[in-house]
Amino acid sequence: MEFSISNRARIISLLMIGVGVISLVVSYIYQDSDRFWANLLINGLFFTFISLGAMFFISLQYATEAAWSVMVRRIYEAVTRFLPFGIGVLTLVFLASTFHMNHLYHWMDESATHEYVIASTLDSAHPEYLNELVDGAIENVKYDYIIAGKTAYLNVPFFWIRTLVYFAVFLFFMNFFRKQSLREDQEGGTAINTKSYKRGAVFLIFFAVFSSTLAWDWIMSIDTHWFSTMFGWYTFSGMWVTAMIVSLITVLYLKSKGLLPTVNDSHIHDMGKWMFATSFLWTYLWFSQFMLIWYSNIPEEVTYFQQRFETYALPMFIMVFINFALPMVILMARDAKRNVRLLITIGTIIFFGHWFDVYLMVIPGVVFDDWQGLELTEIGMMIGFLGGFILVTLKALASARLVPEKSPYLEESIQHQI
Amino acid sequence: MANSVIYAMYDDDQTLLKAAKELVGKGIKVKDCYSPFPVHGIDPVIGVTRTRLGIVSFMFGLGGLSLAMLGTWYFMIHDWPMNIGGKPNFAYHLNMPAFVPILFEFTVFCAAHGMALTYLIRNKTLPGMPAVNPDPRTTDNRFVLEIDSHDNQGMTTDALLEAIKGTEVFELNHKKY
Repeated sequence: MEFSISNRARIISLLMIGVGVISLVVSYIYQDSDRFWANLLINGLFFTFISLGAMFFISLQYATEAAWSVMVRRIYEAVTRFLPFGIGVLTLVFLASTFHMNHLYHWMDESATHEYVIASTLDSAHPEYLNELVDGAIENVKYDYIIAGKTAYLNVPFFWIRTLVYFAVFLFFMNFFRKQSLREDQEGGTAINTKSYKRGAVFLIFFAVFSSTLAWDWIMSIDTHWFSTMFGWYTFSGMWVTAMIVSLITVLYLKSKGLLPTVNDSHIHDMGKWMFATSFLWTYLWFSQFMLIWYSNIPEEVTYFQQRFETYALPMFIMVFINFALPMVILMARDAKRNVRLLITIGTIIFFGHWFDVYLMVIPGVVFDDWQGLELTEIGMMIGFLGGFILVTLKALASARLVPEKSPYLEESIQHQI
Repeated sequence: MANSVIYAMYDDDQTLLKAAKELVGKGIKVKDCYSPFPVHGIDPVIGVTRTRLGIVSFMFGLGGLSLAMLGTWYFMIHDWPMNIGGKPNFAYHLNMPAFVPILFEFTVFCAAHGMALTYLIRNKTLPGMPAVNPDPRTTDNRFVLEIDSHDNQGMTTDALLEAIKGTEVFELNHKKY
């Protein structure tokens, strides 16, 4: 059972990448540079999150020794293969931030975290900031004591250490799961599955911590003054639901090509349930974060939503409503979760809904109230990334058998019936 | 002619499933099946239609949601506007986010309890109701198919018994009623 990329799929994804490259160039030349980098960050995050969500799901299935999903494991594995590319884009953005080519992360600005500045250097390109009062130093008017109070955690070296540790751990486990899974195709037996089972549990522990901290580091620190203890979970639920959508749509695509004949209605139904349930989880966390902040109405917390209410209210509420109500109302019935057309329609809509969710996590902290709506280049860049993601995923699918044929759980998965 | 009901007992769920398929294949209508745990795949064989419990649950949930909305509106907005933390208290939609937790909880409460009670009433298994299973062993490790001669007018009781004896039956009882 081999899958090969059809010419049509290849051309379409290449065209999408072309649109993306054009938008990238246009945006780089004509658009505000922060907005350009913010969009690179948004897309890098969103598509990396899909891969991370799929990786989390694979390790979850290993750790719980779930048998039903063995049949579709290769699809999740293929979805994780975008990770190195996403990491590349994120590294680029973080490097640009570190070297002040953009100002996404306010706390990286030295002037915000130092109390004094050497007066004679003030008008130069690189004023000398410092924290103790020496001769020739005057008070720094840009000093921000809230940000300065966070430097123990939010400082450039520690940020890079954390980021590189995340990247290393993610890449290591991605390659590990894939390699073991492919080795199982050759050797069979139960030893490999047992090993993956143990490593799956280990990855879950790492991921439990990293999914929260990476959300703080990469996204929450954009709104440096603000903090929310729910933010990590909220980001994590977003990545989980998009991973579920993407893998389900990929399975349905492959089935429409006549592949994966042993994937039956029950597998589709279960994947639909995941999409439905994680949509709920996302809504639950989004609303919990919102309601606690709205209710307590503390100035340092409420700024986040105040800004979004003033400039982004309508698109934000439409996004939340669609991401919540659409799967909730339509996918609740049993038959709907077995209806291919319905699943694809809803999945596609809330896929873009969740892209816009990531967009709204980043953009308000970058362009503030100077926002008139989505720009064409922003949509174009997203399309480009999507094309790249599709191409990478399809290539990964074509590079291995679509079903792990020697998995000890395969027979149980074939018999899956609910 | 007096009708009779036949209880065919099996000692394994797979044997029961096989027997049910055989009997249905011969055109015999199986009325019901008693087992200590759900037997996978028996429903379509003996012609059990799909449960409507999901719809009931949805209705109860909707009812709970409406009731909770009515309640929060009446207690917190209409009857005596409650000033809690300075939140707007003269319009329902402005204070709505504060009510979402209780709306959610009450929806779940009504859906779950309504569904459970409906299930118990519909199955006649409310606490204290007389047991309807033909043999207490079906709650332990035996599986029983119930075949009513009233449903199988084309066959005599003896023919039915003969057909059932062809399966791997563990114990066979029948009684007239």
